Amino acid sequence: MVLENNKKTNQMIQNKTPIIEVQDITKRFPGVLALNHVSLQFHAGEVHAVVGENGAGKSTLMKIMAGAYTPDSGSIFLQGGKVSFAHPKEAQEKGVSIIYQEFNLLPERTVAQNIFLGREPGKFGSMDLRALNTEAENILKELGADKIIEANALCKTLSVAEQQIVEIAKALSFDSKVLIMDEPTASLTLVEVQMLNDLVARLKARDMAVIFISHRLIEVFDIADKISVLKDGEFVGTVLTGEVTPEKIINMMVGRDFDHYFPPLGDPEDFGDVVLQVKDGSNEFLKEINLELRKGEIVGVAGLQGSGRTELAQALFGAMPFKKGSIEVYGKIRSVKTPPDAIKLKIGFVTEDRKAEGILPKQSIRDNMLLTVRSLQPLFGFILKDGVRKERKLVPTLAKEVDLRTNSYEREAQFLSGGNQQKVVLSKWLASDADIFIFDEPTRGIDVEAKAGIHDMIRELTKNGIAVLMISSELPEILGMSDRILVMRDGRIAGELPAKSNEADVMLIATGHTNGDLLTEDNQKGEEA
Amino acid sequence: MTTSTASVRKSRSFVRSINIPPVFYFVFVIFVIGIALDQIIGSGDILTNPVILTNIFVRSVALGIVAVGQTFVIIGGSIDLSVAYTISITSVMSSFMMQGDPTKVPLAILVVIIIGIVIGLANGLVITKLGVNAFIATLGTSLILRGILYAAFANFAGSVPKSFETLGYGAVGPIPYSIILLLLVVVVGWLVLSRTKYGAHLYGTGGNIEVARLSGVRTDRVLIAAHIICAVTAVLTGLFVVSRLRSGAPWVGTDGLYDLESIATTVIGGTALAGGKGGVWGTLGGVLIFGIIDTVFNQLGIDPYLKIILKGAIIVLAVASYTIRSKQEAA
Repeated sequence: MVLENNKKTNQMIQNKTPIIEVQDITKRFPGVLALNHVSLQFHAGEVHAVVGENGAGKSTLMKIMAGAYTPDSGSIFLQGGKVSFAHPKEAQEKGVSIIYQEFNLLPERTVAQNIFLGREPGKFGSMDLRALNTEAENILKELGADKIIEANALCKTLSVAEQQIVEIAKALSFDSKVLIMDEPTASLTLVEVQMLNDLVARLKARDMAVIFISHRLIEVFDIADKISVLKDGEFVGTVLTGEVTPEKIINMMVGRDFDHYFPPLGDPEDFGDVVLQVKDGSNEFLKEINLELRKGEIVGVAGLQGSGRTELAQALFGAMPFKKGSIEVYGKIRSVKTPPDAIKLKIGFVTEDRKAEGILPKQSIRDNMLLTVRSLQPLFGFILKDGVRKERKLVPTLAKEVDLRTNSYEREAQFLSGGNQQKVVLSKWLASDADIFIFDEPTRGIDVEAKAGIHDMIRELTKNGIAVLMISSELPEILGMSDRILVMRDGRIAGELPAKSNEADVMLIATGHTNGDLLTEDNQKGEEA
Repeated sequence: MTTSTASVRKSRSFVRSINIPPVFYFVFVIFVIGIALDQIIGSGDILTNPVILTNIFVRSVALGIVAVGQTFVIIGGSIDLSVAYTISITSVMSSFMMQGDPTKVPLAILVVIIIGIVIGLANGLVITKLGVNAFIATLGTSLILRGILYAAFANFAGSVPKSFETLGYGAVGPIPYSIILLLLVVVVGWLVLSRTKYGAHLYGTGGNIEVARLSGVRTDRVLIAAHIICAVTAVLTGLFVVSRLRSGAPWVGTDGLYDLESIATTVIGGTALAGGKGGVWGTLGGVLIFGIIDTVFNQLGIDPYLKIILKGAIIVLAVASYTIRSKQEAA
């Protein structure tokens, strides 16, 4: 069946009547030309990836197609007819749905209520609860997800992947012909990504056009029939997935070679003393954590979503402290029960969610950079003149160190790009003289070029004797950066791998496909190496 | 799917739908404590005298009606600080217009309801179209209303006819009209919130205005309507108050602390101040708590200032308990 469908869709692609087409779209935001005369075509029964660095204009283009933005000039054609969407609802009614990067579900409402928000069944303004639930169940069934998701479950009880499915169900309920997904896999685990890919295949078989934006090229190659590249608001080209390599795509995106992606690994001979050691650390999320971190090394922490990676970072930083076990810093047992404890021990934590935990968006770059330093000062003390002078010197020094280019340190941090915000977060910890750095997803949502910059910076830190624990869900990042790899599963460190391990090794441990005995042997080998 | 699992699902969803808001545990506890205190140090009348029990409800009516409206705006992620002055203006305008003449009652009611709609519309428009924070917008409305009120009326003005007093004092058998009115408002509020598209859109707007907008909900209209509903409940409260007092004065709304207490009881009832979560039954629970406290303190003749302290403590306690609960759910 699926094969036949594929044949059919291939024929449809040959037919070349785009289901949705943008022509000569230009969109300008204050100070930025987000899209510059972009034209693109999308066909039914086809999965079409749109890639590009952050700021390339992908999201803007998608929002225009979905009616969330109106273009300054240019036109949209739906099945050959010119359309203009004044409101997302108009686009939805004409069969164009979008799933945004940030989840658009109401946590306190049920799955059914979320799916039909704005279009609840019922007469005369009343809401037919039974119809609401049945219709939602039908859609979930169509997606093959009725066993996993209950229509009357509150959305806050669902996992990220399940919420993603609800989003897709919502789009399907509009009888969409075009489904746009903005970074659908950004926060999914590999298993969940597979689940999503299956779903996309189903949608494709239903002759929908699936358009998606992704930073993860591996997935793009897994799932897309065609790839279009945008760069700095301009259209670079559209290629058939079978005819290109990821290196080629990256070149189209940035004009840079794949090889330069990661800085060289550290030399084990340069690694110094153990600076941080955890013995049998446990709390409600973590079990029997044992780890060591040496001066100058980068230890990568891999694992699936929910394996306890972030919880580990939070435990080390005192945000969700260990209840049992001990933490030793420079060989002395220390109590790390609160973040200030950790900061005093010179542990820095660059959080996963920059917007929620990392930066103060409405404060200036300067204030953000100095946040940690100031937090160490007495609560009711004045910032003395001497301190002000020091700060004045410190800020440019920090900016130089993290390669942050800005014309004013008084700019509000919210106006910086993701990459630059990350640099500000980093500098805030540099300012506090931290010598143990914990990075949680240091490059999530950051474009390729800025990513490389952040990676260089992290490696640079270790050369100054700083120890780094780096959590990441991007395996290439883990493999490319780590001098040692810890793999977590179910709140435990399930295995340890040496540098230059391959993706398969990590995934085997993360998914639990090898048994424990083998793992311990692997560990020892890893440590000897 | 087999029929048995289907029926299990159905029964489970039924149980979920009659979920008792946790605030009623508080109501129960406070009621029991109140009775115990009354038995030990008071006259022990509360249990034996049905009039006192009814009185708990009657005391709750004025606050209860406006609190239902307040619940609407708070679920929508907004707030209305102007209800106290809306109540004042209603009571004083209606009694001024009635002047004790029963034939003028319908016109007076019509006029104050229109005034309420205008106030709610103004609040809603300023908040949605001008983008003014709801707290500030309705605070502004309050001050404007206050100015108008005190410029026009210095004291009690007019009076309501005997027939209109029935609203405040009349009863069907043992059940006062006022209690029926309160329950009617609560039930209608509940139906609107849980069984209408408007209700779903209001929860959506309060839960995440952007999500609602992108789902095609006309969030501006939803919020404006919520403010109108709230102002109209304030008008109903004002009418009830004036029927009890027999004449309206410009201070009845603010003296009754209807602005702050309607917000407090809504929040005690479990409605999130940030919006998107909650309901009118919880609010009724919050209102009953205040009613019980008022009645018990009256019966025992305790210093009324102590009552205010207790109410304050209950607000904090209730909200803290919800926060702890939701944290446990998350873990």
